[in-house]
Amino acid sequence: MARPKIARKSTTVDMTAMCDVAFLLLTFFILATKFKPSEAVPIDTPKSVASKVAPENDIVMISMDKDGKAYLSTGDGAADKANKAEILNTMNEQNNLGLTDADIKALVAAPFIGVPMSQLSQQAKIPKEQMSAKTLPGIPIQDTAHNEMIKWMRAVHDVYQGQKPNLLLKGDNVAKYPTFKNIITALKDNDLLKFQMVTNPENVPEGSELWKDNMKGKPTAKE
Amino acid sequence: MAELDTSSGGGHKKGPGVKKQKKLSTRVDLTPMVDLGFLLITFFIFTTSMSQPTAFKLNLPANVTNPNQQNKLNENSALTILLGKDNNVFYYAGQLDPSGKNFKSSNFKDIRQVILDKKNSTDSTFMVIIKPNEQSTYKNVVDILDEMSINMVDRYALVDISLPEDQLIRVTQGEDPATATGTK
Repeated sequence: MARPKIARKSTTVDMTAMCDVAFLLLTFFILATKFKPSEAVPIDTPKSVASKVAPENDIVMISMDKDGKAYLSTGDGAADKANKAEILNTMNEQNNLGLTDADIKALVAAPFIGVPMSQLSQQAKIPKEQMSAKTLPGIPIQDTAHNEMIKWMRAVHDVYQGQKPNLLLKGDNVAKYPTFKNIITALKDNDLLKFQMVTNPENVPEGSELWKDNMKGKPTAKE
Repeated sequence: MAELDTSSGGGHKKGPGVKKQKKLSTRVDLTPMVDLGFLLITFFIFTTSMSQPTAFKLNLPANVTNPNQQNKLNENSALTILLGKDNNVFYYAGQLDPSGKNFKSSNFKDIRQVILDKKNSTDSTFMVIIKPNEQSTYKNVVDILDEMSINMVDRYALVDISLPEDQLIRVTQGEDPATATGTK
C-alpha cells in the first residue's frame, strides 16, 4: 500500500509583517504623545464635567498648591515668554525692584515665579532644576494688606491691555478656600473678571439635568 | 596604461581550484525585534496621559461699592448653600431664620436633589448663592460650581460668608461658635 507522503511543514512563521505592525504602532505612539512636563509643583486638580479643553497659548496661570502657596507662570510659546518678560519689566518699574536685565532673563526662563517681590533677584540666581515647592516660598497672598498677587495681576492687566489673556487657575484639591478667595480678590481688583479653572474631565452623572440636555443632542449652554 | 581590475571575486571564476562559498541565508529571526517593539508600545501606552485637562469658566461680578447698584434678589427665589469642613454642606432657602430652623445640613450627594427641587418649584428668577467658609477646600468650591452646571442653574454667585451663618456651621460641626470668622 502506498501511503501519500505528508509534507512536513515548518513551524517558523515569518515575523516581518508583525514587526512592521509593531513598529508602525510604536512610531504612532511616539509621535502622537506629548510628554507630561515634569512638574516642579505637584498639583492634584479637582474633577468637573466641563468638556472644554484648557487653552495652551496666551495663558497666564496661577497655581495654588496644597499648602496654599501661589505661583505664577505663563505658557511655553515664544509670544508667552515675551509677555512674561514684559510683565516682569512692568513689575520692576511699578515697584522699583531693581532687577537687572540678566535677572529678568533668568526669571523668564524659570518655569514659574514663586517668591515675594523682594526676593525675585534671589530666585533668578537659583538654578532651574532646583526650583520646586520646597525651595520657594510662593507669592504671598495671605491677606488683603500683603496680597502681592494684586500687584502681579495689575502688571498682567497692563501688559495685556486691550486683549484678554487666558487666565487659568490651577488649584489643588485640598487647598483651603481663603487662598482661593485671595486670588479672586486679586483678579477682581484689577478688573480681570473672567478666568478659567483647570480641572480633570469627569462624566456627567446619568439622569441629571445636563445629562438629559446632552442626550437631546443640543449643544450645552453652560461651560 | 594601467588598468584597474574591476572584476572582483564573484562571477566568472568557476574553476576547479576555487572554493565554493556557502550561501548564507539572508533571513533574520525577527521575533526578538517584535518583542522589543511591543514592549516599547506598551511602555508608551502606559506612560502617556490621554486625557487633556479641561477648564471651566467662571465670571466674577465687578466690585460694586454703591449699594444701590447691587443686584437685588428676591428672597423667595434664593437658595443659599454653605460649605464647611470635611465636605459638609449646609443650605437654607430664602432668608436665614434667626433661630436657624430653616438651616439644614446635607452632603455633596444629596445636595443635587435639593437644588433640583428648589429649581423646579421656583420661577426663572431662581438663584443659588454659594458661601464657602474658611475650612472648606478648593475642591468643595469646584464641586459645588460643577453641581451648578450639572443641574443647569443659570444664576449663581460666590459670596463671602456672614458671621451668623459661619457660627451656625461651627455649632453644627460641634465647635466653638467664637471661632467663626465670617464678615460683619
